[in-house]
Amino acid sequence: MIKVEGLTKRYARNVAVDDISFQVAKGQIVGFLGPNGAGKTTTMRVLTCFLPPTAGKASVAGFDVLEQPLEVKRRIGYLPETPPLYPEMEVDEYLTFVGKLKGIPSREVPRRVEEVVERCAIGEVRKRLISKLSKGYRQRVGLAQAIIHNPDVLIMDEPTSGLDPKQIIETRSLIRSLAGDHTIILSTHILSEVEQSCEQVIIISRGKLVATDSVENLTNRLRGSEAVAVEVASPGGSLNEGEVQTRLEQVAGVSRVLPKGARDGHATFEVESLQGRQVRAELARAVVGAGWDLIELRTVGLSLEEIFLQLTESESKEKDAAVAVEGAQ
Amino acid sequence: MKNTWIIARKELKSYFASPIAYLLIAFFALIFGFGFYTATRDFVRFSFQAQMMGRGFPMNINEQIIRPLLGFASTVALFVIPMITMRLFAEEKRTGTIELLMTSPVRDIEIILGKWGAAMALYTSILVVSAANVGILFAFGQPDWQPVLVGYLGLLLQGGTLLAIGAFISTTTRNQIIAGGVTFFVCLLLWLMSWFTAFDTGWWAQVVSYLSIVTHFDTFAKGVLDSRDVVFYLSMTFFALFITSRSMESLRWRA
Repeated sequence: MIKVEGLTKRYARNVAVDDISFQVAKGQIVGFLGPNGAGKTTTMRVLTCFLPPTAGKASVAGFDVLEQPLEVKRRIGYLPETPPLYPEMEVDEYLTFVGKLKGIPSREVPRRVEEVVERCAIGEVRKRLISKLSKGYRQRVGLAQAIIHNPDVLIMDEPTSGLDPKQIIETRSLIRSLAGDHTIILSTHILSEVEQSCEQVIIISRGKLVATDSVENLTNRLRGSEAVAVEVASPGGSLNEGEVQTRLEQVAGVSRVLPKGARDGHATFEVESLQGRQVRAELARAVVGAGWDLIELRTVGLSLEEIFLQLTESESKEKDAAVAVEGAQ
Repeated sequence: MKNTWIIARKELKSYFASPIAYLLIAFFALIFGFGFYTATRDFVRFSFQAQMMGRGFPMNINEQIIRPLLGFASTVALFVIPMITMRLFAEEKRTGTIELLMTSPVRDIEIILGKWGAAMALYTSILVVSAANVGILFAFGQPDWQPVLVGYLGLLLQGGTLLAIGAFISTTTRNQIIAGGVTFFVCLLLWLMSWFTAFDTGWWAQVVSYLSIVTHFDTFAKGVLDSRDVVFYLSMTFFALFITSRSMESLRWRA
């Protein structure tokens, strides 16, 4: 559905997107993951024909963004980071305007407005001025605007940023409910968001493509060396931290134990395991077997920065290895 | 064409949803009304004096009221136009709604024509409200109506050019105040340029004076429909709309 080949976008001084290629199949939800300033927004703007690429090709549903922008725009719904709303309009009026702008025949506009109002749960504010809406409602009106013409492709730039937790959950379930009919690309810098709503993930950092994989594979790859936080207490009240650490280090598969502090007979450790080893059960048994209380045992999620580090490190190592081999020959 | 209409309607609605349209109509009506009052008062005084002196002084409503009044209106319009055009693109750039327009299946030129058309419609309604004054002349006198129509056509043509220039300036910034300020300055400059022939009669003064939008209005105010001036206004409008579209195109490359 979406095809990007060697896409590069250069501004006067800096390169925002550097030679990115990827493909998205029909009906998929793809997460576009990267820290701020990685080039997510720029890539999306190229796909929506807002910005022309400096080099490379991008096409949506077989139409090139440079050669047939009108055809591409007809098939794309776009929700920018700040929803493009006219504060002086009422919600209904705004959606009617966007519906006509997107080329829906006038007769069908009211029906489509009705549908998206229901789908995005904005029925109670539809007669209100947009300037009077809360952030959560604005986001939903923005989403309603993006899907009003039933586009093949839906592109959303950080759809959950700035929302409260309840609104985030609602927005995510709304996005998931749209999955069947639309191909969706959403950008985010929150890892858990990708895990929860996407099937496929594209990771970019500083304008370069770092990884593109299914979410499952990626999590497995990263879970390979998981970190576990362990909190141990002694029923007696006094706990020898060193003793616990030695005991934990003896558990099979553990590569490193880091003490994270002790207080009032409680001690916390971060345990790292070898690649592909699940050590949580063993750890629990070891602690309880030694007569201590196991207060907490949880896997520590890797932060986005750590993932980038891991992914970029492993890739540069491979490259180094390749260079070394070439040099040897 | 349909898209142009959709955008024009939206623009008109937002003009009339805020006080700006009503303020401009009221402001122009007030100033125009003042001009009308002084011109008519002087005309009546002169005609009394002429009668008392017993001289059959030829008095002409078209020549002595309508012509100076139209000239006055064309100058006052210079002050109104920046306020009409300043928000056209600058506001959309500031709030980010330009991204909605530019990612919708609409051509740039349709967006520009829609916005310029809405500005024209507001400007026309400002003129129509003020035309009530001229209606009074028709109720109590017998002025020729053709020169009046030509005069109003001139006002529309001149307004169209200036509105297109204002629209262009509005695409270059995301700040309404700057867009309005610069447009005002440009209008003022064009007005000043029309005086150049008073200082010098050299060829350069002629050129400067020719380029001043305002000088071409004189023939219309006289009630003369001169194709040279019509072509001048139309081509200037076309040119300004063209550079507006180039400016929008460049937004895509720079944004």
